[in-house]
Amino acid sequence: MIAGLAFYAFAAVLIASAVMVVSSRNPVHSVLYLILAFFNAAALFLIAGAEFLAMILVIVYVGAVAVLFLFVVMMLDIDFTQMREGFQRYAPIGAVIGGILFLELLFVFGAWQSAGQAEALRLNPAPEGVQNTVAIGQVLYTDYIFLFQGAGFILLVAMIGAIVLTHRDRLRSKRQDIGAQVARRTQLDMASVPLGASIGQLGILRPLPPEEEKPKAVTHGQHGHEDHGHGGHH
Amino acid sequence: MLEIGLGHYLTVGAILFVLGIFGIFLNRKNVIVILMSLELILLSVNLNLVAFSAQLGDLTGQIFSMFILTVAAAEAAIGLAIVVIYFRNRGSIEVEDVSTLKG
Repeated sequence: MIAGLAFYAFAAVLIASAVMVVSSRNPVHSVLYLILAFFNAAALFLIAGAEFLAMILVIVYVGAVAVLFLFVVMMLDIDFTQMREGFQRYAPIGAVIGGILFLELLFVFGAWQSAGQAEALRLNPAPEGVQNTVAIGQVLYTDYIFLFQGAGFILLVAMIGAIVLTHRDRLRSKRQDIGAQVARRTQLDMASVPLGASIGQLGILRPLPPEEEKPKAVTHGQHGHEDHGHGGHH
Repeated sequence: MLEIGLGHYLTVGAILFVLGIFGIFLNRKNVIVILMSLELILLSVNLNLVAFSAQLGDLTGQIFSMFILTVAAAEAAIGLAIVVIYFRNRGSIEVEDVSTLKG
């Protein structure tokens, strides 16, 4: 009785806040209504007996994802009024497709019935006398351990991807770049040059270092040419 | 009427799913609201899985729901990162602008 009334209340608030998410004028309001929707969905999970998922939903969605949305909405400087153009244009087609989809779901729901042997075909029957969290842990860390680690790997990839995508080097900083220093080309190349040979006969001994080193290398080459010229004259 | 069964949950999930689809069509100018609509759709799927799990006394639905939660969180992070760099490059987050990559 109480659970039924609570279900209707939470479901009504959930659907109303979902409507506000998609139709709100201001994206910040959309995010706040999304948080409300997640709270009510967590309440529905509680009524269904999935306490652990309800808490995870509050922690992960309200605590992390919704706040991430809020950060991004507030960080981007968006013109909200210009964003509403095309709202009337796309509303009819969206309503048509949504209505068709809803009718199809109703048809499926009307013709659907549970299989007779569904009880016998259960993969992981919920154990008796054990809390929901303990029961999930007993299944998750044994039968689904590889999927669990795969989920962790997905989160790692998402973290690295987000960092790589949004990271940018600040060109103004005067930070020490150790890699460039170590990879810097040394000027101490040794070469055995035959006596009296000019630079025209030898060719260029050293490939020119790129960019900044270039004028220095040119002057060095000219010096070498003069030296060789002197040697030849002597 | 006040007995809550599988049908009630499935109805709420269906309404939520349709609202998410509707939101994708409605907010063509705003990628962030489209991402929020995707979250609504994934939430409706989670609701269905949990409802079936509770109805059948089977934990598999809740396990799957948790993995969907994980993937949804990763998708939100990547999507918002893409939105941020897109806004940095273009100065807008309209979906129609993305087609400039077509050439």
